Amino acid sequence: MAINRDSNVYTIVFATIMVIVVGGILAFLSMSLKPMQQANVTNEKMQNILQSIGIEETDGVTRQEAGAKFNEFVKRRVTIDFGGNIVSDKTAAYTEADRADKLDAFNINLRKEYSRFVKPIMNQHKGDAAAIEAALKASKDVHFPIFVCESNGETFYVLSASGKGLWDDIWGYIGVKADATTINGTVFDHKGETPGLGSKITEDWFQNQFIDKSIVEGEAFSPIEVLKPGKEKNNHQVDGISGATFTGVGVDEMLERNMSVYYNFFKTNKEF
Amino acid sequence: MSEAKTSEPLFSKKNVALIKNPLNKINPVTIQVLGICSALAVTVQMDNAIVMSVAVMAVLVLGNLIVSLMRNMIPGKIRIIVQLVIVAGLVIIVDQVLKAYVYDVSKKLSVFVGLIITNCIIMGRLEAFALGNKPWASILDGVGNGFGYGLVLVIVAFFKELFGSGALTIPGFEKFEIFGNATDMTGLYSMGYMDNGLMLLPPSSLFIVGIYIWVQKYRNPDLIES
Repeated sequence: MAINRDSNVYTIVFATIMVIVVGGILAFLSMSLKPMQQANVTNEKMQNILQSIGIEETDGVTRQEAGAKFNEFVKRRVTIDFGGNIVSDKTAAYTEADRADKLDAFNINLRKEYSRFVKPIMNQHKGDAAAIEAALKASKDVHFPIFVCESNGETFYVLSASGKGLWDDIWGYIGVKADATTINGTVFDHKGETPGLGSKITEDWFQNQFIDKSIVEGEAFSPIEVLKPGKEKNNHQVDGISGATFTGVGVDEMLERNMSVYYNFFKTNKEF
Repeated sequence: MSEAKTSEPLFSKKNVALIKNPLNKINPVTIQVLGICSALAVTVQMDNAIVMSVAVMAVLVLGNLIVSLMRNMIPGKIRIIVQLVIVAGLVIIVDQVLKAYVYDVSKKLSVFVGLIITNCIIMGRLEAFALGNKPWASILDGVGNGFGYGLVLVIVAFFKELFGSGALTIPGFEKFEIFGNATDMTGLYSMGYMDNGLMLLPPSSLFIVGIYIWVQKYRNPDLIES
């Protein structure tokens, strides 16, 4: 052929066409697969929330069933801020239309809020607990969802938490009984903890330890502590994972920071 | 294209060698020392290693094919960039498809899928083979190197998972608890056996790959450099 493959014009034209073609293919693919990917993420979140209630009916729910079962059990979705003020309160079933409502408890992206708003505040006032609390209270971007679930006449609250493990984000859903202090079930997940070590927070034996533990001692808040494995444990302590000390520290910190907000909320809103 | 006039049978001796050699004599990981990074990182569990191998092979075969088809059009000056765009595009496609259809697997592999882009085997084979060979041969080269990579990954993962977690996870099956259950203290654990935590961390892959190379060279004396 007569085209000179070494010429600059050919190179530039080739690069331009290639970028347009590849970009077009990827954009098309991304758009056409997006609904399925979103459905996967939504269903997984529903599945996690249902499993964390800690009742038999929702224990083995699969990701496919989660969408249908979610509205059957979750009767009310409430979003509160750090100070305990209710910013959103919905009792209608969750539908596609709710997806656009950023304050809907189900749409609160705790992981995003943690890395974008909470972490900078904590870094800024490192070690100064009072200043951190004041800054978090003033922030309009930090939210805490509560899912009110009902099963056989019993009420359960599913609370959420997110924080940092050793490598990356960790998060979890904590199901508590109607007294809002006794844990009925938990689900933890992580983004990049070491497989076989920190990643064990997703395993049943770790999560089941939290069942029936309490976040209150007398009249005061008492967070669940993650200890080194093999120690004597009281009603607020669970075994950590050997070889994954920092993931345990992360779970510990995450639970303390998030559960205290919920504790204060339920304490001042007893009739809720 | 050019393959129409080839009189060579599809699986001639030369072509079979393209698949067989990467398994042993020119293994991409142990002999060419490419793709070591992911051999260290995704070998903690068997299922991750297997899925990763399949994903790498898919990208390698398709990348080889596309580059081979375009080998007479790609401008020499920007050939590496062109290859990178092709590989990156393919990897994003694989990632998106996994996320949509096999969400659990994509969650497990998380960032490693994206890191296929930087897997040296892929760029290495595109540059060294596909750019100068016909499409069919390039496909076979992709399959061969994909298998060679997968072989090492699966062997490393086998030892790491067996001694690190006392179990083996095979995709599509339950987890096989070979040594018993550590939490319930059954099997070997009831006799005081403990998992070796080091096996779960990247350094142990180096030991295993090292031993693999040792065994391989012992069995193939012609691989030993004088």
